[in-house]
Amino acid sequence: MLINNKVFVTGAGIISAIGNNVDETLAAIRNQQTGIGELKHIQTRHSKSLSVGEVKPNNDELKKSCSATPEIKYTRTTLLGIVAVAEALHSAGIKNINEFKTGIVSATSVGGMSIAENFFLKYLDIDDKGDYLEYVKTLDCSDSTEKIANHFGIKDFLSTISTACSSSANSIMFGARLIKLGIVDRVVVGGTDCLSRFTINGFLSLKILDPNLCKPFDAHRNGLNLGEGAGYLVLESEKCAKDKNVFCELSGYGNSNDAYHQTASSPNGAGAFLAMEKALRLSGLHPAEINYVNAHGTGTEINDLSEGLALERIFKHQLPPVSSTKSFTGHTLAAAGGIEAVLSVLAIRGNIIYPNLNFENKMPELNFTPETKFKTDIHVNHVLSNSFGFGGNTSSLIFSKITS
Amino acid sequence: MMAYIRGTGIVSPQRTLNTTEFLAEILVSKNNFLKCVEPSYRDYLDPVMARRMGRIVKMGIAAATEALRDAKLEMPDAIITGTALGCLGDTEKFLSAIIADDEQFLTPTSFIQSIQNTVSAQIALQLKCMNHNFTFVHKGFSFESALLDAMMLMEEREASDVLVGGLDEMTEKNLLIYDRLGIWKKEKISSAKLFQHKTPGTIAGEGASFFVLSKNSSDNDYAKLIAVKTIYTPASPSEINENISSILELNNLNKTDIDLVLYGLNGDVNYDVFIESVKDNYLKNIPAGAFKHLCGEYQTSGAFAMWLAAMILKTQSVPKGILLEKNETINKIKNILIYNCYENNHVVYLLGVV
Repeated sequence: MLINNKVFVTGAGIISAIGNNVDETLAAIRNQQTGIGELKHIQTRHSKSLSVGEVKPNNDELKKSCSATPEIKYTRTTLLGIVAVAEALHSAGIKNINEFKTGIVSATSVGGMSIAENFFLKYLDIDDKGDYLEYVKTLDCSDSTEKIANHFGIKDFLSTISTACSSSANSIMFGARLIKLGIVDRVVVGGTDCLSRFTINGFLSLKILDPNLCKPFDAHRNGLNLGEGAGYLVLESEKCAKDKNVFCELSGYGNSNDAYHQTASSPNGAGAFLAMEKALRLSGLHPAEINYVNAHGTGTEINDLSEGLALERIFKHQLPPVSSTKSFTGHTLAAAGGIEAVLSVLAIRGNIIYPNLNFENKMPELNFTPETKFKTDIHVNHVLSNSFGFGGNTSSLIFSKITS
Repeated sequence: MMAYIRGTGIVSPQRTLNTTEFLAEILVSKNNFLKCVEPSYRDYLDPVMARRMGRIVKMGIAAATEALRDAKLEMPDAIITGTALGCLGDTEKFLSAIIADDEQFLTPTSFIQSIQNTVSAQIALQLKCMNHNFTFVHKGFSFESALLDAMMLMEEREASDVLVGGLDEMTEKNLLIYDRLGIWKKEKISSAKLFQHKTPGTIAGEGASFFVLSKNSSDNDYAKLIAVKTIYTPASPSEINENISSILELNNLNKTDIDLVLYGLNGDVNYDVFIESVKDNYLKNIPAGAFKHLCGEYQTSGAFAMWLAAMILKTQSVPKGILLEKNETINKIKNILIYNCYENNHVVYLLGVV
C-alpha cells in the first residue's frame, strides 16, 4: 500500500469567542483580550453565575455570513463548522473540491443538543404539532459533519469522532493517517461544538466550572470556563500540496488512554506522557526541539497538575514556553483540539507565542510557570498541542515548519 | 489492508452470547422492536458498579469481555468503538433531569455516562489499557470507521490485535420520537415476516457487537475481513456496483467468487428499492440473504451482519431464515459480501474464509 510520509497543513479556519476568523483571533490575542464573559444566547437559570467563551454572532447572523441554504435547518454546531471550514478551504486555495479525492473528519460532542434540549418535551408529546421534528436527527453527531460536507460538496470520505475533549485532535490525526495510507488526497479535519444547557449543567454538576475567569496553571485555579467554536485545518498529501504556500507539516501525533478514572486525569499524567511521547517519536524530534507547547490547560485543579507533571517528565524540566489559550476562548470541548491546532499552525507561520491570561501564582508542585506575554521575537519551528478528554483520552499533535 | 476476525462477543436480540449454537432458534418480536437478550451482568461487572451503569455500557462491556475471552487475548493494542447515538439512555436521563428540576439538584452520573466514548473508556479502565482509544460517531459509518481505523493501525505497524465494537441502544423515548418521524411501520408486525410487509417503515433494533481483529492468523480465526468501504449518498445504484467491482478487482476476485451477499434490507418499501436494484441487477444470481429481521434496524447493524458473515464462513452453514430464496443451497462458502445502508450512509464489506 502507498505510504505518504508527509502530511501538509495548507489551510486553517477558526471561529471562537475571540473572533470569527483568523485575523480577528490573532488581533484579540495580541491585545490580550479574552473572549470570556457573560452568556447571552442561551436561556439558563445559571447565566448570571457563569463565565463563558461564547461566539458573538447569533444563529441568524452566522447563517447569513456563510451563505447557508435558507431552507435547510442548521444547528449552531453546524453553522460554526461551516464558517470555520469555509475559511480553511479558502486559505488552502481550494476552489474545485472534486479535483482530488477529498474527505472530512469532523469532531463534535453535543451535536444538535442545543436544539434537542429545547424541543425534547415536544418531541415526546404526540399531540404537539410543530415543524421542530426536522431537528430530531440533528442530535446525531454525524448531522453537523454531513451538512458541512454537503455545503462544500465533500463526498469521498466522511467520518465523525467523539472522544469528549480530545475529539478534534483525534480527528486531525485520523485524517493525517488517511492521507498517509492514500485513502484520500486531502482532508478537512477539526471540530465544532456549541454551548448548550446540557453541557453547562453537566459541568456544573461536576463542580469544575470557575464562575470567574479561568486561571490555567495558577496555584489558585478554580476550574474551567466553557466555550464554543470551531477550528479546522486542511491537510494535503505531498502530491496535492506541491506548489502551494503551505502553513507547516503535521509531523507527529499520538493518542493514548490514561485508564485511571472516567473523568479525572491520573495524578502523574501517565496518559498525557504517553501521548506526547508517541507524537515525539513519530516526528523524530527531540523534546528540546519543541519551541512552544499549546497546553490543554483547562484551569481545573486536576488537569493542570497532571498535565504539568507530564510536561516536566517529557521535557526533563527544560520546558519551552507553555501556555493555555483556553484563557481566551474558554474550553470549547470537542472543538478545542481543532481551535488549538489552528493557533499552533499560526504560531509557526507568524513566529509568535501566545500568552496564558490570568496567571498570578506559580503552582507549588511544578517548577515552571506558563508564558504570560505575547512573544514575537522568537523562532517557532515546532509546536506541541495537547488535548485531553473524559474517558482518559489523551492526544498530542506536533506541527513543524517546512525546511527546504 | 486485511485482518483476521479472531474473537467475537455479540449482545443482540438473538441468543448470540455465550452459546455454541448458531441461531438454532430465531427469536421473534411482535411489537416492531427487537430488543437485546441481555446476559446476567454479574458475570462481567461488580453489581454495585453495574447498578450505576447505563444499559449500553453494560451490554458493551459484556460483549467486549466475551470477544477478548474468545480470542484468548488479555490486552488489545487498541480499543475502537463505533456508535451513532452513544449512551442514548443516559443522555435522555440527564436531559429529563435538567428539564424536570429546572436545572437544579443535578448529579453528574448520567452526564458522565452520556458521553459517546464511555464504553471504550470503561473497557480501557477495566483492562488498564493505555493504548489507542477511539470512538467514531458517524451514523451508518460509525462501526465501519472503527474497522477502518483498526486495519489502518495494522498497516502502520502500530497494532496487531485490536478490539473493535459497534453498538447502539434503543430507548422507549427514542422509539416514540422515531415513530413520530415515520421511521417504524404503522402496523405491528412479526419480525419474522419483515420482508413480506411491503409497506413504509421498518422495525427498531439494537446491539453491541465486539470483535478482536488480528493482523496475523491464529487457530481460532472465524474469517478474514478483506475490505470495508463507506459510500456517502450514492447518486444511483451503479455507484454501489462500481465500488463493489473495485473492491473485487483490488483483491483479484470476480463477481462469481462471491458465494453469498447479506443485504441490509429493512422492510421499508421506500428504502429497499435502492438495495434491491443492486441485488436484482449487478448481483443477480448470487445467493442472497438478509439480517435485519434478526437484529432490527439501527445505525451500527453492520456489526451484527459482520458477525453473521464470520459465523457462516467459520461453520460453513447458513442458519434457517437467512436466505431470501428458501430452497437455495450453497456448497462451499468462500466469500461473503455485505451491503448495508442506513439512510444515505451505504457500506460494503467483503469477508473471506480462512
